[in-house]
Amino acid sequence: MEVNQMQRSFLEYATVLFREGFLDGQFSQLQMLQDESNPDFVVEVVSLFFEDSQKLLNDLTTTLDQQNVDFKKIDAHIHQLKGSSSSIGAQRVKNACIAFRNFCDQQNLEGCMRCLQHVKQEYLLVKSKLEALLRLEQQIVAAGGAIPVLSEFS
Amino acid sequence: MSALVVDDDKVVRRMHGKLLTQLGFETNAVENGQEAVDLFTSGESYDFVFMDMEMPIMDGTEATQKLREMGVKSTIVGVTSCNQEAEKQAFVEAGLYACLEKPLTRDAISSLLEQVAKK
Repeated sequence: MEVNQMQRSFLEYATVLFREGFLDGQFSQLQMLQDESNPDFVVEVVSLFFEDSQKLLNDLTTTLDQQNVDFKKIDAHIHQLKGSSSSIGAQRVKNACIAFRNFCDQQNLEGCMRCLQHVKQEYLLVKSKLEALLRLEQQIVAAGGAIPVLSEFS
Repeated sequence: MSALVVDDDKVVRRMHGKLLTQLGFETNAVENGQEAVDLFTSGESYDFVFMDMEMPIMDGTEATQKLREMGVKSTIVGVTSCNQEAEKQAFVEAGLYACLEKPLTRDAISSLLEQVAKK
């Protein structure tokens, strides 16, 4: 596949992700931070997000499983996941965290458990989509092309 | 110009740090308010401190209060996604120059720099 076609595929795929709400303008801000001194910045930060999110989701599962649920701990974990998802533009994960926090404030265990499933679902979805997007990016770079800037979405 | 990013989230530290570096700041980052206070206590100083509000060990409100009590004159900017007005007010009253919404953007920092230049 030639570079122009790869770049078009990348833009088309990114457009779908923005339109479906998986990503918001903050992802474009992240892309703008990538430069010659950090050519892999997006991959680096997204990988960090995946690592941290997985750990937070594991901790949330364990904490919600306890006999006496520590809602303060849950709130702290969700706050962190909301912050990092918001920073990279993972909009649907961020929104799921906001809903989760509301149930946590009410100490509604059932609501929290439903929200945890929803957050996990949204996280897995955005993870697979970001991995696909970054694979397209790597193909463009390997073919000697420039990664299209997503500034129209910022 | 130098900036210290104070945030318990690795992703946020990395992104805010890179953004500030691209805007010309010499940047450092720590994980919580206690580490920020320790840095200043050890003699380090920064023109700007971008302080998260909610952090474990020592939160942004307490850290800002302690820094001001120590006589730190840096421009301390709160960074938060919190929508609890009372908590934000307490954060501002602890000694912030301004409070910005998280995540930081290029435009927000440029406006801040213009404001600071005028004072």
